[in-house]
Amino acid sequence: MKLDPDQIREKLGIGADKVYGVIGEFDDPHELVHAGRKIREMGYTKLDAMTPFPVHGIDEALGIPYSKLGWIVIPVSLAGTTTAALLIWYVGAIQDKFVIGGKPLFDFTFSIPVMFELTILFTAFATFTGMWALNGLPRLYHPSLNYRNSHRASDDKFLLIIEADDPNFDPQKSAAHLRSVGAETVEVVEG
Amino acid sequence: MSDVAITQNPALIEVNPPLVRAPDLHAVTDQISTIVEGDVLKTPMKYWIVLSFTGSVTLLLGAMLTYLVSTGIGVWGNNKPIGWAWDITNFVFWIGIGHAGTLISAILFLFRQKWRTSINRSAEAMTLFAVMCAGIFPLFHTGRPWRAYWLFPVPNTDITMWQNFRSPLIWDVFAVSTYFTVSLLFWYTGLVPDLATLRDRAIPKVKQWVFGILSLGWRGSARHWRNYEAAYLILAGISTPLVLSVHSVVSFDFATSVIPGWHTTIFPPYFVAGAIFSGFACVMTLLLIARWTLNLQNLITMKHLENMNKIILVTGSIVGYAYACEFFIAWFSGNIYERFTFWNRAFGPYWWAAWSMYTCNVFIPQLYWFKKLRTNLWVMFVISITTNIGMWFERFVIIATSLTRDFLPTSWGFFHPTWVDMCTFAGTIGLFLTLFLIFARFLPMIAISEVKGVLAHEKRFFKGQKAPVEVLK
Repeated sequence: MKLDPDQIREKLGIGADKVYGVIGEFDDPHELVHAGRKIREMGYTKLDAMTPFPVHGIDEALGIPYSKLGWIVIPVSLAGTTTAALLIWYVGAIQDKFVIGGKPLFDFTFSIPVMFELTILFTAFATFTGMWALNGLPRLYHPSLNYRNSHRASDDKFLLIIEADDPNFDPQKSAAHLRSVGAETVEVVEG
Repeated sequence: MSDVAITQNPALIEVNPPLVRAPDLHAVTDQISTIVEGDVLKTPMKYWIVLSFTGSVTLLLGAMLTYLVSTGIGVWGNNKPIGWAWDITNFVFWIGIGHAGTLISAILFLFRQKWRTSINRSAEAMTLFAVMCAGIFPLFHTGRPWRAYWLFPVPNTDITMWQNFRSPLIWDVFAVSTYFTVSLLFWYTGLVPDLATLRDRAIPKVKQWVFGILSLGWRGSARHWRNYEAAYLILAGISTPLVLSVHSVVSFDFATSVIPGWHTTIFPPYFVAGAIFSGFACVMTLLLIARWTLNLQNLITMKHLENMNKIILVTGSIVGYAYACEFFIAWFSGNIYERFTFWNRAFGPYWWAAWSMYTCNVFIPQLYWFKKLRTNLWVMFVISITTNIGMWFERFVIIATSLTRDFLPTSWGFFHPTWVDMCTFAGTIGLFLTLFLIFARFLPMIAISEVKGVLAHEKRFFKGQKAPVEVLK
C-alpha cells in the first residue's frame, strides 16, 4: 500500500493552506528554556517544545501543567487491591470451600502477597496506557513533523513551537519574536 | 555559585570526573544507533558464529523439554527425599539474576544515581530474558505444562477445583507473572524515545515502518515528556517494592515449610540481597563483553564498573552475614534438627557445594575492598563469573542439603543429577545468551535519550574546563 501525504491530509481535513505554527530551532537546552520563558512573557499561551530528552525547567517556562497521570493511576491501583481481595474471598470462601492445613477459608494475612501483586500489576497497566492516552499517542501523523528539521528533535536539536491557535499568533510577528530570543532558524510550518 | 567554585577547581574534577565522554549530543546518537543500523548482512562474522553456537544450545533446550514431556518428569534426577532439585535451583537462580535489572532501572532511578543511564537498558533486557528462563523450570516441573492455566484463576471445565490462595506457590505465580509484565512495560516505555530516534534516522522503508510503528508516533513534545516522566517515576516507584516482593515471595516457598534449613525468617532479605548480588555479577559479565566488542568505553566507563563492583561487595557481604546468622540461629535455637542440618550443610555429603558457595560469594568479593582490584577488568570479569557459580551453588545448597537428611534417618537420600538435568540448564543459558545477542544487535542497548540528558547536564557543569582524559582500556 502506498501512502500519499496529500491524500492523508485531505482525509484528515488538514489542507496545505492551514498553518500549524512557527518553529524555532536551538542548539542547547538552556537556551531553549531561556527563550521559552521570554516568549511566554511576550504573552503567548499555546506553546510547546520538542526535545531529544526531558529538559528540566521547560515545563515552568512554557506553563505546562503538572501531569494528571496520578489521578488516573490511583483509582485503578485500588481497583487492583479490591479485585485481589474479592477474588481470594470468592475462590476460597464461596466457590471452593476446602479446608487445607487447618487454615481459615479466607483471611487477610494470607491474601497480602496476591493483593500486593495485583495492585502493582493494575498500577503498571494504568500508568502505561494512561500515559499514552494523555499524550494522544499512538498516532500516525502530526503537523509539527512537517518542520524541515523535525527529525533532529530526537537527535540534538531543541525546537520551540508557537502554535497557530494562540490568540497572539501571527506568522510574521511570531517568527520575528522567535528570532529575537535567539532561535537560529525559524520556519512557519503547515498543518 | 557553588557550581562555579567546583568547576574552577581542577582537583575536584579529578576526584569526580564526568560520567560519559562524548564530543556532543549528536555523537551519542550516532554511536549507539550505528550498532543497530548496520546492514544485517554486514554484521561481523564473529557475531554469527557466537549466535549459531548459543542458538544450537537453545535447540538442545527444546530437545530436552520435548524428551521430558514425552517421557515424564522421571528423566530428571528428582526423587525422594529431594523432590525439588535442579529445576527449582535453576528457577531461583534465574529469577535472582533478573533482579539486578530492576534494581538498576528503578531503585537507582529513585536515588537519582545518574550512572545508571549507561547500563539500565541492557540490564532491563537481561531481566526479561532471565525471567523467561526461570519460568521454564516450574512450568515443566508441573509435569503437564499444557495445563499451566490451572495456575491462574480462569474459569475452566476440566477440574472443579480452584487455586489455593493459602499456598505460597500460588503467590509465586502472581509475583513472577506480575514481575515479568511490569518489567516488560517499564522496558518498552524507556525504549520508545530511542525507537523514535531510530525512526528519524532510518533510511530503508522497512525500518522506517518498523521503528515508526514501535515508536508510537513519539515526537519529543514537552507535554509528552512531562507525562512520560510522571509515568517513569510511577513505574520506578512500583517496581522498587515489586522487586523486593518477588524474591521475598520466592523465599516464602521455602520459609513457610517446616523443613529445618528452610523454616527461617531471615529468608526474604537474605534472598533479595543474594538476587541483587548475582544479578549485578551477570550484568557485569554481559557489559564487559559488550563494552569490549562494541567499543563503548566512553559511555560505560570505569566509574560505572567500579560502582557496580561496590554494590557486589556490599550485597556479597550481606549474603555472608546472612550465612553467619543462619549458623548462629541454628546453634542458638537449641533445636537438634536445625543444628544437624547446618552441621550437615558444611561437613556432610554436600560439603563441596557449601564451601564453593562460601568461597565464591563471601571470600572472593572481599577483594573489591582494594581499588586496584575493583578497577581491573580481568579481575572483575573473573569475579563476575565466580559470583554466579557461587550463587547457583547457594540455591542448590539450600534446596538439596535441607532435603537430603531430614527428621528420619530412614528417609535420607542423595541427589544425582541426570544428563537431562544438566542439558536443560545449559539450554537455558543458551536461550538467555541468544536472546541477549539478538537484543544487542537490533535494539539500542544503551538508553540514548537518558545518556544525552546526563551529557547535557555535565557539559554545562564542566563548561570552560577541558574534560579530564582518562586512559581508556
